[in-house]
Amino acid sequence: MKILYGENDGSTVTFCLSGELDHHTAKKLRAEIDGEILLSRPAVVKLDFSDVTMMDSSGIGLILGRKQTAQSVGATVRVSGAVGEIGKIIRLSGLERLPGLTITEESEKR
Amino acid sequence: MKKAINELKLRLPAKSENEAVARALVCSFAATLDPTVGELADLRCAVSEAVTNVVVHAYRELKDSAAGRIYISVRLYDTREITVEITDTGCGIADVEKAREPFFTTGKEDERCGMGFLVMESYTDSLTVRSKPGRGTTVIMKKKLTP
Ligand SMILES: Nc1ncnc2c1ncn2[C@@H]1O[C@H](COP(=O)(O)OP(=O)(O)OP(=O)(O)O)[C@@H](O)[C@H]1O
Ligand SMILES: [Mg+2]
Repeated sequence: MKILYGENDGSTVTFCLSGELDHHTAKKLRAEIDGEILLSRPAVVKLDFSDVTMMDSSGIGLILGRKQTAQSVGATVRVSGAVGEIGKIIRLSGLERLPGLTITEESEKR
Repeated sequence: MKKAINELKLRLPAKSENEAVARALVCSFAATLDPTVGELADLRCAVSEAVTNVVVHAYRELKDSAAGRIYISVRLYDTREITVEITDTGCGIADVEKAREPFFTTGKEDERCGMGFLVMESYTDSLTVRSKPGRGTTVIMKKKLTP
């Protein structure tokens, strides 16, 4: 699991995740993403999943946890690349019904 | 009568690194039945949930949860059925019915969201959970592949 930082202008910070997202890899990502959110205090936090090859419920926990961190600095979260099996587990979780969180299929990467 | 045509048994320390190992081994074994990409992805995720539960919950009372073991047994049948049994000898679950309710979790502070059993149930054809407090838990998942 790797994070690549995407386009960051003062108001947005983008994290492009890649590889397998499970309990083991999520543990390491949490601190890194939270650190960056608290440091740059953006208005929008973007999490891109287009290069995530497998994700279980730990990924849902990761999104919910980052939503909390984002909210603590007044930011909203945009999840992109929610296709295939990533889209499937996100739909099962009902995340798209939560306020302050947008889920889209298209990728942040270009 | 269905007949088992192949069998895999694994025993791994309950370390988080082994979550990826366990699901990869089970899936490469199941792949010999030529499942679809979607069927294999579902199986991989369901196995990941069961194994993660062992790592996260089963041995939480031990000083070092990696001292606990994950036991996995996979059987492939001539009917294109797969059964995966995942066992631990950990703390067990007092109220299995409650634990299986979607979004029930005892791990809120650890960013668990109570979706594991929901995923196992939705991504396979049947899920059985047997547990005894203080003795451990066995989760049995069955998946029938398309012909
Ligand atoms: N092998 C196990 N040993 C002991 N307790 C377990 C085991 N598996 C599950 N549990 C209990 O059942 C609850 C529900 O499990 P489930 O996998 O559905 O959710 P979770 O693990 O809490 O969260 P998530 O799977 O979304 O990360 C757990 O919170 C835990 O209390
Ligand atoms: Mg779980």
